[in-house]
Amino acid sequence: MTQPEPHLLLRAAPFLRRGLTTPGLMTEVILALVPVILAAVYFFGVSALLVLTATTLGAVATEWLLSPVRPRGVALRDGSAILTGLILGLCLPPGLALWMAFLGGVVAIGLGKLAFGGLGQNLFNPALVGRAFLQAAFPTALTTWVPEGTITEVLSVRSGTFAAPFMQSSVDAVSTATPLGVMKFENVATPVADLLLGNSAGSLGETCGVVIIVCGVFMAWRRLFDWRIPVAILASVAAFSAVVWVFDPQASPSPAFMLGSGGLLFGAVYMATDPVTSPIAPRGVWIFGIGVGALVVLIRLWGGLPEGVMYAILLMNAATPLIDRISQPRGFGRGRAAA
Amino acid sequence: MTDHAVDSSRLYDEFVKGIWKENPVFVQVLGMCPMLAVTNSAVNALAMGLATAFVLIGSSVLVSLFRRLIPRQVRISTYIIIIATFVTVADFTLEAVVPTVHRELGAFISLIVVNCLILGRQEAFASRNPIHVALADAVGMAIGFAFALFCLGATREILGSGSLFGVSLFGENFEPWVIMVLPPGGFLMLGFILLFFNWVQQRRTLRPSRVSPATREAA
Amino acid sequence: MTDVELTVSVPGREPGSIRLVATLVVTAMLSGIVLAGAFQVTKPVIEANRMRELRAGVFTVVPGATRVRTFTWRDGRLVDAEDDDGASGPVLYAGYDDDSSFRGWAMVGEGAGFQDTIRVLHGFDPTQWRVTGMHILLSRETPGLGDKIFKDADWVASFDALAVEPPITVVRDGRDEAHEVDAITGATISSQAVVKIINEANAAWLPRLPPPGAEPALERDASGDTP
Repeated sequence: MTQPEPHLLLRAAPFLRRGLTTPGLMTEVILALVPVILAAVYFFGVSALLVLTATTLGAVATEWLLSPVRPRGVALRDGSAILTGLILGLCLPPGLALWMAFLGGVVAIGLGKLAFGGLGQNLFNPALVGRAFLQAAFPTALTTWVPEGTITEVLSVRSGTFAAPFMQSSVDAVSTATPLGVMKFENVATPVADLLLGNSAGSLGETCGVVIIVCGVFMAWRRLFDWRIPVAILASVAAFSAVVWVFDPQASPSPAFMLGSGGLLFGAVYMATDPVTSPIAPRGVWIFGIGVGALVVLIRLWGGLPEGVMYAILLMNAATPLIDRISQPRGFGRGRAAA
Repeated sequence: MTDHAVDSSRLYDEFVKGIWKENPVFVQVLGMCPMLAVTNSAVNALAMGLATAFVLIGSSVLVSLFRRLIPRQVRISTYIIIIATFVTVADFTLEAVVPTVHRELGAFISLIVVNCLILGRQEAFASRNPIHVALADAVGMAIGFAFALFCLGATREILGSGSLFGVSLFGENFEPWVIMVLPPGGFLMLGFILLFFNWVQQRRTLRPSRVSPATREAA
Repeated sequence: MTDVELTVSVPGREPGSIRLVATLVVTAMLSGIVLAGAFQVTKPVIEANRMRELRAGVFTVVPGATRVRTFTWRDGRLVDAEDDDGASGPVLYAGYDDDSSFRGWAMVGEGAGFQDTIRVLHGFDPTQWRVTGMHILLSRETPGLGDKIFKDADWVASFDALAVEPPITVVRDGRDEAHEVDAITGATISSQAVVKIINEANAAWLPRLPPPGAEPALERDASGDTP
């Protein structure tokens, strides 16, 4: 028996739909990550792929095991665990022991997401929670950077990658300093061209600025995130560091160096833009972005650490509910008092 | 039932409840300050557990003994004086007997005075019960508290230093989880232990129905 | 359960203030007596512990020393310190070997570290004008990072023959001068704190030291003639 076609369809709002679902969004963001992953493999070899696999496996396994959604495994279908694993992997150092990378994935999902109640409930960006845990647990391993390689070394695995669980990676790994470390401790700036092209040491995904910018523009065009967030962060970092630079050009890095170095581009494009942990209203988004930018400059220039993007974003994540509260747009025709 | 006719099963109940059913840390979530601050190694945790046990048992006995003599209006001040006396004695004794442990615990020995577990037991139990019941309660609570401290201290030491009671477990190459011996590690580990405890409790009470562990993450 | 006694106040049977005050006074007095007793019993043990620890420290930073004599600075000259625990003010230790001959000075310095106060003991050889060793007496630096100031044997050993003029400095790219110390990776602030504390102690004590060869002898009845 078929229902006759209704003449009048009664439906609740919203009436305009973009046709964009959570799994669809996640898939597109993962696609937009592919060039960054390829760049990571180009510069850091198979190790990059191994680290990414380990973090993703950790994230997916935790989601499968601990997610309250039943039947088991349904929670994986939206792809958010895979995305978290990939982003976490891309902000880790290339030669990291795989067991640490796996543990980072477990903590990112378990502590960063499920402990808060799953997708959409988390206060902090899960990948950054995993990163912050690893940073606090293994400070030496997380600040040991291997130099970038060339295409001829793609197949060589960085020593230390296969350290047994709970054991140290071998100490003889060739290590180097990141451009920010060199700047902070030796006051030598790496040329901006090298930063943009990826000829510098750093986390897997953060070294090649050009690729990140291109992917960011693609995602902004596809409206996968709010373009205001990266723009606000980058503009405020440029502005704040320009002020310092004008007063003391000898000791402080140039705004161009500040923008191109470290995890700023990657963080601004892929991590600060997480829709769950950033404000909703445009005014709040600007506050959020400028806050991240100001914290990055503060930590980089006056903090004890060379890089501060991770803590800057986490701190502003924590402030997001408050920002949402004060930046809620007023209803049309309402007075000042009614927010 | 009068004071003199308290059967041994009541005593046993009062003793055992502190260890598991009303465990001061896992169930009542009391005494978090020493719980988080000094449990970065098994030895420190055990020393704090013993010091707290000494204070708790001593003051419970005294409070119960003099419960009819202490006027209600000044009971809290009197309890605090009694507790502080035991704490200071414990402080001196630890410094004389185990100076290294005393240095690690530092100010947290003196802070036993404000451990709400101890004052809580005086107000809620020792001041209202005869001495042998109060003693059973205090010993049970003290063991429960020391047990919880030891659980936390041992796990944090194993992960954070790769050793237990200072004895290396995994050899030279162990990569310590530095975060575990730092304050955030205390919060994380306590969260995990509470999660595990609640999960076990929930399994027991809701055995017939299927329970998903992840729904209890809120701990 | 009838044996749970509730302390319910009954109007008309309120105790008078005399009784309240008396209860508190008696409790406090008893407490005072107990505390005085405990203090009397433990004080000598605690002081012996401190002294033993300090001596062990002096013996590590002054090579060859097996005996200690403690001085303090009063009225412009070195005098024997009556009170050995340092409570009377900054103290200076002189280390002597088994033959009672002078081996070197040791001094205590204190200052802010990364987490909390660090107390450092270091030895000083007046003939070579060099630091002869460093020993951390008190530190709450971060485990795994800052605690390398006493756990990293190589770093501690870098104080074994350290020139003090110009003042000791912390360097990042490998020490090559006699007055330089490497920064500990991940614990730069802690390493700088230790060096600063030593420099300050040197600035305070070095001008007060007697010329080499004119050190006071280890007296037979000195406070520290048996280890």
